[in-house]
Amino acid sequence: MSTLPAPDASAAGAFLAGAKSAWTSVFVYVLFGTYIGIGALAHDFGFSVWWLTISTVVVWAAPAQVILISLLGTGSSLVEIAIAVSLSGIRLFPMAVALLPLMRTPQTPQWHLALPAHFTAISMWVESLRLLPQMPIGQRVAFCNGLSFGFMSSAITAGFLGFYLAAGLPMLLAAALLFLTPMSFLISVARNSRAMIERLAFGLGLVVAPVLALAQVGLDLMWTGILGGTLAYAVHRLREALR
Amino acid sequence: MTLADLTPYLVLVIVGFLPNEVWRFLGLVLARGLDEDSQIVVWARAVATAILAGVIAKLILFSSGALANIPLSVRVGAAVCGFIAFLVVKRSVFAGVIVGEAVLLLGGYFFAQ
Repeated sequence: MSTLPAPDASAAGAFLAGAKSAWTSVFVYVLFGTYIGIGALAHDFGFSVWWLTISTVVVWAAPAQVILISLLGTGSSLVEIAIAVSLSGIRLFPMAVALLPLMRTPQTPQWHLALPAHFTAISMWVESLRLLPQMPIGQRVAFCNGLSFGFMSSAITAGFLGFYLAAGLPMLLAAALLFLTPMSFLISVARNSRAMIERLAFGLGLVVAPVLALAQVGLDLMWTGILGGTLAYAVHRLREALR
Repeated sequence: MTLADLTPYLVLVIVGFLPNEVWRFLGLVLARGLDEDSQIVVWARAVATAILAGVIAKLILFSSGALANIPLSVRVGAAVCGFIAFLVVKRSVFAGVIVGEAVLLLGGYFFAQ
């Protein structure tokens, strides 16, 4: 149940419609579950709740934050942490490349895209790719910022909640909370994959990543993307050529 | 506020913010002048989708933390049931997530290590 802006809505109207879409999206529950977990983690490793909040605003990527908090907490070297965080962030690059052209007109100044670029993350990317094509291009940046604002504020709230709840959920509930992320991403990415190339890339990614991880190939996710994505792209081009 | 109070925030920026943000910045710079139908964007979307799928598969198969206490077969079974529910119930994400979670809780209740 997403709220699209009225066709003649102002930038503020599009922003509000975006925020409303965030709060009715399934990802709000996912983010809530994920960031309750991250809040608890930050508490366990002795970070302050403000540090956690600022990390959510500036890093805005749950996997990177989990790595950052657990490695800082266990005393890894700073270089090692920076490398691990950066490796986890590689996926943001193709996401930004695929997303930003959706909201740019020839007149859009580059700095208008700085916020959407910073907000690029799995939840926002999946919802933007689904919703942006349904509205006029002039509204998309404001809508996307509103959507991200909605997601980020729910993540910050959940971080606080998790931080103060850290005293300990029962194991089974904690496991169910952790399962929320893969379960909802599995389904929503599948729902978004309409074109053959996306379905193929999705299926290949599901298979290739565990194989590479079991074979202990370094940078397994990067190779999963390059192998799975390129193979799907090649099949797509072949089909276009044969048509 | 002393310098020592600021150190954790400095560390956050240097080893958290910058190494992560560089990818978004590169995406922003390189996406300039591309339109949404250009071949590199089609390819980038396929790569991002495959990486996402990889992240999902690894979270389910090689779980950590509390989820690691749930047997692998229960985790995979719950994901499969959730996915089937999604397909059956008018492609509803909510239905899929609820069924998947229910199967995980039930399976975890009876079979958790």
